[in-house]
Formats: sequence, C-alpha cells, structure tokens
Amino acid sequence: MPHIVTDNCSSCRFTDCVSVCPVNCFHGDAGRLYIDPDLCIDCGACIPKCPVGAIVEDIDILGSPLIDLNAEKAASLPVIMTKQSPLPGADKRREELMAEGLV
Amino acid sequence: MIKSIAIVGSGPAGFYAAEALLNADTDVRVDMYERLPVPFGLVRYGVAPDHQKLKRVTAVFEGIAAHPNFQFFGNVTVGQDVLITELETAYDAIIIASGAISDRKLGIAGENVSGSVSATEFVSWYNGHPEFRDHNFDLSHPCAVVIGNGNVALDVSRILAKSPEELASSDISKHALEALSTSKITDIVVVGRRGPLQASFSIRELRELSTLTGAEPVFDPSELDTTDISPEELKDAERMLGILKGFAHPDSSRQAPKRIHFRFLLSPQSIQGTEAVDSITFARCKLEGEAFNRRPVTTEGRETIPAGLVLRSVGYRGSEIPGVPFDDAAGIIPSKEGRVVDLEGQLKSKLYTAGWIRRGPSGIIGTNRACANETVEAVLADLGTSSIACDPALREQLLVKLKTIKPTNVDFSGWQRIDDLERKAGEACGKPREKITSVSEMLLAAGAT
Repeated sequence: MPHIVTDNCSSCRFTDCVSVCPVNCFHGDAGRLYIDPDLCIDCGACIPKCPVGAIVEDIDILGSPLIDLNAEKAASLPVIMTKQSPLPGADKRREELMAEGLV
Repeated sequence: MIKSIAIVGSGPAGFYAAEALLNADTDVRVDMYERLPVPFGLVRYGVAPDHQKLKRVTAVFEGIAAHPNFQFFGNVTVGQDVLITELETAYDAIIIASGAISDRKLGIAGENVSGSVSATEFVSWYNGHPEFRDHNFDLSHPCAVVIGNGNVALDVSRILAKSPEELASSDISKHALEALSTSKITDIVVVGRRGPLQASFSIRELRELSTLTGAEPVFDPSELDTTDISPEELKDAERMLGILKGFAHPDSSRQAPKRIHFRFLLSPQSIQGTEAVDSITFARCKLEGEAFNRRPVTTEGRETIPAGLVLRSVGYRGSEIPGVPFDDAAGIIPSKEGRVVDLEGQLKSKLYTAGWIRRGPSGIIGTNRACANETVEAVLADLGTSSIACDPALREQLLVKLKTIKPTNVDFSGWQRIDDLERKAGEACGKPREKITSVSEMLLAAGAT
C-alpha cells in the first residue's frame, strides 16, 4: 500500500517532498515526480509537505491508473534526492487547483 | 586534507547527517558513536513492532554505513567513556544527534504510584530495550488509560488492544508478548486535553485501528462541539474527523472483546491508589483562544475513570551530555541553524546538533532527514571557511585510547553479527526478528567480549 503522486504535481513540481523522504523513493522527469512503490515505506512524511496535495495513499484511489503509472515511471527515471526550484507558473497552477477545490 | 566528523547517536538524525556529509564534495570521514551496542535508535526502540514496513528504513542506514569512510563505535557513551573535550580535540566537527527518549511528567498528585508510567517506558519495554526489559506492568485491571493525543498514544493503545496472535508476527520482544498474552485489559481509554480537531494523530495510524481483529475503536460524537470552530479548522481536520465519526457507531454484532475509547476535553488532575493505581480523575475542559491556537481551560466538571494502568504520552525530552549546553526547560540543546549555542546565545565552536535533541520531539523519521541536511550545510559552510583541519593523528590517538578504555566497543560488522543472530532467532518462531535484550548478550553476539 504505497503512496502515489497524482496529476496535481504536473506543471508544479514543487519537490518539497523529497527533502523528507527517508528512503529516497521519489523519481522524476522534467514535468513531475513519481514514487517507487517498492521502496516507499508508507511513512507519510511527504503528504503535508506538498503545497498542492499531490500525494495520496493508494487505498484512497484504488483502481486508478496512477498506481501503475508511478511504478512504471519510477523504474526508469532518476532519483530526485534534493529539493529543486518549482516549475515556472507553479504558484499560478497552485491557485487554480485551489480554486477548483483540488488541493 | 580530509576532515573528520564525529556523530553522537545512531538514530535517523545521526544517519541522515552521515549521509549528507558522505555525499558532499568535501573529503570527509565520519565516526558515529552510540551508547548501546546496536544502532538505529528509535527506529529499533521507538517504531512499533507491528510497523515492520517503517523499519525497512534501516536498509537505507545500512547503505550509508557501508561507505568506506564511515565507522561505527557502539557501546561507547559520549560524556562518560569519551569526553566532549576529547572529541573536540580529535575532530573538525561534532554533531550531537542523541535524540529524546526521556518523558515529560503530568505534574499531578499520585503520578508516582505504581502503575502510572510513561508511554516511552512501555514502548521501550515491548521493543526490548536493555534498560527497560525487566520492567513490569500490571495488566490485570480491565481498564488502561492513555494520556496524550499523538501517534505514540495510538501505538501503545494498539499494542494493548491486539490479540497475542496478531502480535506474534511482529518483532515484539518475547517477554512482552508473554506478559501481554495474559493481559486482562478490555478497555483502553485514550484521553486528550483538547478536542478531536486539535489531536496530533496521523490519519494512517488512526485508520489502522478499524482493522484490528479483536478490538474496536469507539468515539462519542457528542464530544465533538463544532459550533465555535472556523471552517478552515474543520477543513484541516476533515479526514481525521471522518475517521473518528466512523468510530461512532461500533458494530454491535461484532462484540469485539476489546475497545479503544477516544475521549476529549479532559485534563488529568490526580491519580488515586495507595499501592497501585486504582483510578484517575480528570477536569472537563473547554477551549479558548483563536483558531489553530485553541487552549484547554479546565471547568468545574470532574470525571473519574477506574483504571489499573495509566500511560502518559505528553512529550519527550532529551538528556544532557556533559560538556554540551542544555536547555533544561525545553529538554533540547540550544542551537541556531544546527550550530550549538550556549545559554547566552554564543556559538560553541565545532559543536552542531540535529534531530529531536535539536528541535524537540516533533515530526517523523523523514523530518529528521531535512533537519540533518540543514545541520550538515552549516558544518560544511564552516569547514569551508576554515583553512585548518584537525591533524588526523589526533583522531588516531583517540581511537587507540578507545580500544584500551572500552575494548568492548562494537563496530558495524559486530552489529551485523547481532542482526544476523536476531533474524535467525526470529525465523524459528515466525517473527521478523527476536531481539537480544541484554547488553552482555549483545556483546557476546557481536564478538566484542
């Protein structure tokens, strides 16, 4: 029952999560992050760090394609260990997500 | 020239500090000192025995320990076997990450009567900590009260509520499993001074309680007064409230043999009992103050709960290390951005701190990674501006001396021998491990005697 990065991360990529991950299970490309389900120990430290609420437990989204997507992408993308600058427009995207009630 | 750093403590903060140092561009060597023969601090002795997935974080620590410039010195107490002044002579920097395992008291009458104990003592006992394994807890009364609204309160309640069969596949220590198997406790009452919206439970741990085979969580929704609560506070606590409300209508057909009751707005006033606890009295509280800053204020209402065991989980504090400044009121080492300062705010050269002893007992394992990274940034910045490095011969001298004064120190391969034996002993009885619970047996297993 690992944690999953949702589409809220796309266009934001705040990466605050990686600084508190005890097992370095975040992988990413230029657009967003994914969690390696085999490494995640379900501690939940990342959840409150995400400014756009992009991390959930898989039992909250059972059946979602995001679960397999995280596993597939994490397997091929590099580990992101340290916090990076958010994508340009991340703050605007955050406001949009909040206005839509998605955060 | 290579810089030598000493880390005091081998819990998450210590290991993440080591990781950040060893991953840095600076050429460093890390020596980690640990009071016990075994590493990992609260991951081994704090994290609940039935939370094995969380304990998998030790694989990361093992990876860090495998670095050629890392050395582990277990069974060495800094401030006793090795003095801080000796470390200051031998190393370029010292990071204190000794954690916070002592508990805070309630400060009420009757608190010292037998059966009134700290949750940390109970946790250390069931997790097989050598200094706590011989403690006894009276589990013969049907009711236990747990004071506090954090995850430790949930951990101890869950361990008390689980059946021996449920616990058998955890790495709970044998002595604790035997004692809990004869427990007569049927009702565990978790009590908070503030309301449900102010509780610090994690969603995950709260939700876990509805999966127990022989116990049911119970919540009385009349204790949830939302009339004076702001919409922001409600939204913030939405998920937790949802779970608690789910506890409001226990399944009467199930007739679970045990119950975990959630009670709020009750402030402990006194513990009664002459030879042992027989009840605890609370004052009813109301909340005052602004949103997100509500304080409990006692009213004249009183409630007494009969109980044979009272576990307090109302905070932790660190212990003082001789030679290191200590803020006794807060139970932490005073610091600025990880640099230790004395009580007047003056920087103490070479001394740094990370983890719970730096910022108090908040956050979870990963929080200490961010904390240790910040401390290491300060260390590296200071090392970068300093043109002199400690003569490596001074460290060598200290290590030679250590061999003489503490020949039983345990290196990481010694720990791996202990680990191996523990896993094998666990395998024989269907557990992930059976911990060795005495220091002398650990030393024997490590080959350090």
